[in-house]
Amino acid sequence: MDKLLSNRVVFLSGDEALAQGAYEEGLRFAASYPGTPASEILEYLSCCKGVDAQWSVNEKVAFEVALGASIAGWRALYASKHVGINVAMDPLMTSAYTGVNAGFVVVTADDPGIHSSQNEQDNRFIAKFAKIPLIEPSSPAEAREFVKVALSLSEEFDTPVLFRLTTRIAHTKENMVIGARKDIPSREFRVDTEKYVMVPRNAYQRHIVLEEKLVRLQRYSENTLLNRMELKNKKIGFITGGVSYLYAREMYPDASFLKLGLGFPFPERKAKAFAARVKEVVVLEELEPFLEEQARTAGIRCKTKKASYRIGELRPEYIPDILGGKDKKEDPGRLRKPVMCPGCPHRAVFTVLKKLKTVVSGDIGCYTLGALPPMNSLHTCVCMGGGITIMDGMSRALGRNIAGVIGDSTFVHSGITGLINMVYNKAKGVVIILDNGTTAMTGNQPHPATGRTVKKEETARLRLEELCKACGVAAVDVIDPRNIKVLESGVKKRLEGDVLSVIIARAPCKLIDRTRTDVPSYQAQKCKKCYLCLEIDCPALIKEESGLIEINPLYCTGCGLCAQVCPFKAIGCGGKVFKNLR
Amino acid sequence: MNKKDIVNILFCGRGGQGVLAAAEVCGWAAVLSGFHVKKSEMHGMAQRGGSVESHLRFGKEVFSPLIPKGEADFIIPFDGEEFIRLKSFLKNNGVCLVDDLNRGKGALKGQGRYINVFLLGALSRYLSIDKQFWFEAIEIVFAGKNPRENKGVFLKGREQGGGTKGDAL
Repeated sequence: MDKLLSNRVVFLSGDEALAQGAYEEGLRFAASYPGTPASEILEYLSCCKGVDAQWSVNEKVAFEVALGASIAGWRALYASKHVGINVAMDPLMTSAYTGVNAGFVVVTADDPGIHSSQNEQDNRFIAKFAKIPLIEPSSPAEAREFVKVALSLSEEFDTPVLFRLTTRIAHTKENMVIGARKDIPSREFRVDTEKYVMVPRNAYQRHIVLEEKLVRLQRYSENTLLNRMELKNKKIGFITGGVSYLYAREMYPDASFLKLGLGFPFPERKAKAFAARVKEVVVLEELEPFLEEQARTAGIRCKTKKASYRIGELRPEYIPDILGGKDKKEDPGRLRKPVMCPGCPHRAVFTVLKKLKTVVSGDIGCYTLGALPPMNSLHTCVCMGGGITIMDGMSRALGRNIAGVIGDSTFVHSGITGLINMVYNKAKGVVIILDNGTTAMTGNQPHPATGRTVKKEETARLRLEELCKACGVAAVDVIDPRNIKVLESGVKKRLEGDVLSVIIARAPCKLIDRTRTDVPSYQAQKCKKCYLCLEIDCPALIKEESGLIEINPLYCTGCGLCAQVCPFKAIGCGGKVFKNLR
Repeated sequence: MNKKDIVNILFCGRGGQGVLAAAEVCGWAAVLSGFHVKKSEMHGMAQRGGSVESHLRFGKEVFSPLIPKGEADFIIPFDGEEFIRLKSFLKNNGVCLVDDLNRGKGALKGQGRYINVFLLGALSRYLSIDKQFWFEAIEIVFAGKNPRENKGVFLKGREQGGGTKGDAL
């Protein structure tokens, strides 16, 4: 294969292919907040010339900035994981009323199977709820093609378009040939208060416009090539979309298909025509009965999956059982327990919280792993920002001070409002901001408190301690958590205190700060086999068959936490950092 | 291997073992050979030492990004426990490189982190992918880093490899 050809062939994930397609179609603006499996979309776009890309503070902000760019004339894209859309719901619902100017695509990357999320909500329903069209590709190559259609459709119908990926598409790579960027001029912005100012009178009129739009979109859905009939063997016909289509084709290559790339508005007439031409109709979809409900409303008699398949990811080998009307036999096997990295500063915080036996309200990030055994020191995790607000409610009901933990990126995302709420409503307790200087869980993206943009340019740095003071927090401490004695006395003092306090536990993420110091020495004769060192759950510490401890020098970063928790000084450390800490 | 057939390879192990890089190299080698390729990953919390698996499929036209259970032609295990978890994916007569994993660990004293490239060398014995494409893929994925070591280890794996048939497991 010659060099020229290989340069044009690319091997892209669904996220990257979507970004590439949008870039080719003249995208000018993109905003997102990191979240698996959507993060790579913005990372790709941040490297594209001619695209103004940003990590926004949170999804609501990202959505609004992108909508603004669209209203003013730039083709724009918002991307987040499924639960991120929840944060952006306020502007999303009303943007269906205002409509757009230049094309605006709203990407939701859902996570069936909950690979790295807090739930597996099916965001297809959001299209129906908000009354905006839903486009769903089946593969990375289709993501690239369909996002182009989505941008034009958005302009043609003056509506945001919901574009749904799932983890299986977002994180699958496929080879494809890419094209050049089209030169698409900005659209002119015209003042139009009746369209863009949603006061009751205007909003009422826009609701009428929206309903009319839906009728036209319905007609579009009947005719578009996104909704494709593939007639082969007419014994069985699948109505399906997204990755489910590919699973069905894998298992039943000779069957007939109605492949829905535009799942809302549902093409009723086309579906009825399809149903009339096959003997048995099967609606096949992952998670919720979204297509199923619409097919039934259209009066189509169809076979569907049992409710047990609404839980978890669909797999090709499930389909014969679905057709057989059987329940799901789940056997995912036991996945290995994830664990904090060696040298991770969060480990020290949870070691202290465990020792202090306090209730801990948690949040979303690597530190959620503090809930798993043997740490067991994080007791709630619901949503971004909940580390602070849920702690507030719990400590009121429990009648005592408790701790709440939240990461630095999460704090900026949605912890600040909760903190102000605590100050305003005279709450008490200890908020610990686990400040590792990055958005670690999703792949070390920068955020306002890092002082870097997505393009790695320097920018004004948000200073967390000053922010907390400005919110009115009585006591703000900054502590290096790697010294657990200092951390322990600091947390204990504040837990016993009578004010609201913030402790900023500041030490860099070990995926960013790769420095290492000497591996601690282990003296077997001093070891009393109490195994307190194993309670910190460090991957570098292994209990040998003899019952003695081995420290794996490949994993160990020399943080010295194990030496700090050893009561018999069997683990010692010659490392410089550790000496300073002790 | 007939171009009409789909080749299914399941890579599995733990975060940080080089599983995903191995699948990426193999994916690129197949891309460069002109196949349609799909490579799907499960790496929710991989960086934290969790389970990692990558399904690689290539041929004339690949539909499902996941290998259906019982249809993997090859399993490339980087970790014994993870292999046991996913054993049921191997088809009858499929080949598992579990012996090569041990062989590689023995052969790569002090070069342990190249185990993924060793396993690729062992895998390459079974695939109709030109050696030149393997080298090119290695260069793309490792961005030209340590080319001599990578090539050397790859060839070592290609010489010393020899998988185990599924029935014998």
